[in-house]
Amino acid sequence: MRFGFNFMLGATLTALVILAGILAPWIAPFDPVLDADLMNSELPPDATFWFGTDGQGRDVYSRILYGAQISLTVGIVSQVINSIIGVTLGMTAGYWGGWWDDLVNGLTNVMLAIPSLIFALAVMAVLGPGLPSLLIALGLTNWSWTCRIARSSTLSLKSQGYVQAAQTLGYGDLRIMFTQILPNMMGPILVMATLGMGSAVLSEAALSFLGLGIQPPFPSWGSMLTDARQLIQMAPWVAVFPGLAIFLSVLGFNLLGDGLRDSLDPHMRTRNP
Amino acid sequence: MTAPLLDVRGLKVAARLGDRAHPILKEVSFQIMPGEAYGLVGESGSGKSVTSLAVMGLLKKPLRVAGGEILFKGQDLLQLSKREMRRLRGNRVAMIFQEPMTALNPLSTVGRQIAEMFVLHQGKGWDEAQRLAVDALASVRVPNPDRRARNFPHQMSGGLRQRVMIAMALACNPDLLIADEPTTALDVTVQAEVLRLIKELCAERGTAVLFISHDLGVIASTCQRVGVMYSGCLVEENETQALFGDPRHEYTRGLLGALPRLGSRSQHGRQRLVDIDSIISDRSKLTETRFIAPRAAEGGQP
Repeated sequence: MRFGFNFMLGATLTALVILAGILAPWIAPFDPVLDADLMNSELPPDATFWFGTDGQGRDVYSRILYGAQISLTVGIVSQVINSIIGVTLGMTAGYWGGWWDDLVNGLTNVMLAIPSLIFALAVMAVLGPGLPSLLIALGLTNWSWTCRIARSSTLSLKSQGYVQAAQTLGYGDLRIMFTQILPNMMGPILVMATLGMGSAVLSEAALSFLGLGIQPPFPSWGSMLTDARQLIQMAPWVAVFPGLAIFLSVLGFNLLGDGLRDSLDPHMRTRNP
Repeated sequence: MTAPLLDVRGLKVAARLGDRAHPILKEVSFQIMPGEAYGLVGESGSGKSVTSLAVMGLLKKPLRVAGGEILFKGQDLLQLSKREMRRLRGNRVAMIFQEPMTALNPLSTVGRQIAEMFVLHQGKGWDEAQRLAVDALASVRVPNPDRRARNFPHQMSGGLRQRVMIAMALACNPDLLIADEPTTALDVTVQAEVLRLIKELCAERGTAVLFISHDLGVIASTCQRVGVMYSGCLVEENETQALFGDPRHEYTRGLLGALPRLGSRSQHGRQRLVDIDSIISDRSKLTETRFIAPRAAEGGQP
């Protein structure tokens, strides 16, 4: 398998975010919550505070490192939930067809018609703010594309010889789905999940920005942006660095997803040898 | 006389389109004795594959069985529950397909795929199943079965893949093997090997074979008895020798006449093949008793 430049760049950025999140407790020079010192507030970047300090004198660099944990958790967990829901519904709908297919299709169309951020807002409003409800809200909103892709892949795989052969060999429906269909559609599902991570990070930032996500004083890139709103004239670095972190990690996830699609899709492979 | 292994009695299959049911199989009846090789010939669309799918219980909508019985060892398959039918498939009745290129899952090794049969139907553990899979590969005369079991389907040739399919189908020693044009996609030399393999393995194990083909040569060399299907009916059935020597039905004669014979051209000068007008005519024009009537022999006059 050959990987292009985009894939390598995406993988590097993603790896950076993952490393930042995992190593945060060791490489962060300050505690993101407790090391608040109003005497040091709104300092521009220098040798001690690499990315400057925010309104309460906390080190922006340390907060961004810890914020990566939140963003990663949100990105990965919400996409795992999305994929499980989407694949389960899409695969069974495509395989069994009939009224179940109609029902799932209807549900998918309804979900696609509702703007996902609005839906997430509604879920958050019911569950209350916090990380667990954030994960649930984002996990419940974006499964419709995965579901569509799973359904259409299942429809085309169902007519493959080996799926029919498996039926004549006495495989049950579930066994066929898990051993024959699921592995053969992992490619597009994986790509969807990776691309979805980027939008999940963005949604988390948006929800935290609106005050519904991670609650202060705990750092998340979105809530850091909210805090920076009033300071943007006097201390732009408080807003710029979390924004850059969001931008780079979303770019990384998207490039990674794109690169995965290119290397998993045989047509693309033959076109760019 | 021993009881037949498979006894299909008056099998009717219909396709439901809208509110009308179109008959696809019209009272097809035949018997297969234990260990016998039975051939079904006929052109495309004559109902050979539908017959085999009906026996497997795998008819897809809008096709469904409209009447008749399929007795397997005296048990009516049409009365079995889905679960019982599934336990039968692959275990007592197995099937191999025309397309060995697509009939194997491209993502797992052939050894694993064969092993799965033992796990599924005989409740064996994976380790033992893997060993049995290697034995099964050896029994279908795959060279280096140990190494080949770890191959993926794309690493194998068409003939090898069809052998793997045969190994999977025969893994649980079924009583009946349905071979739906198993050699059509293979070239002639491989075809001969695979046919010999099916014939010998089934003779060894006493497995009956329902052989479906449009290739009369294949049928003649493998089957003891032959049924000729045309437009959803079994129009003629006889011992292979008798059928080829003395065809009774118009259509069988047509089929045999359409077969090119080696050397016939030099012996009799320019001898034309007899043509059966090649498309099954509109089914609605066929009457209950005359299925062949609307066809033209030569010259276009019916």
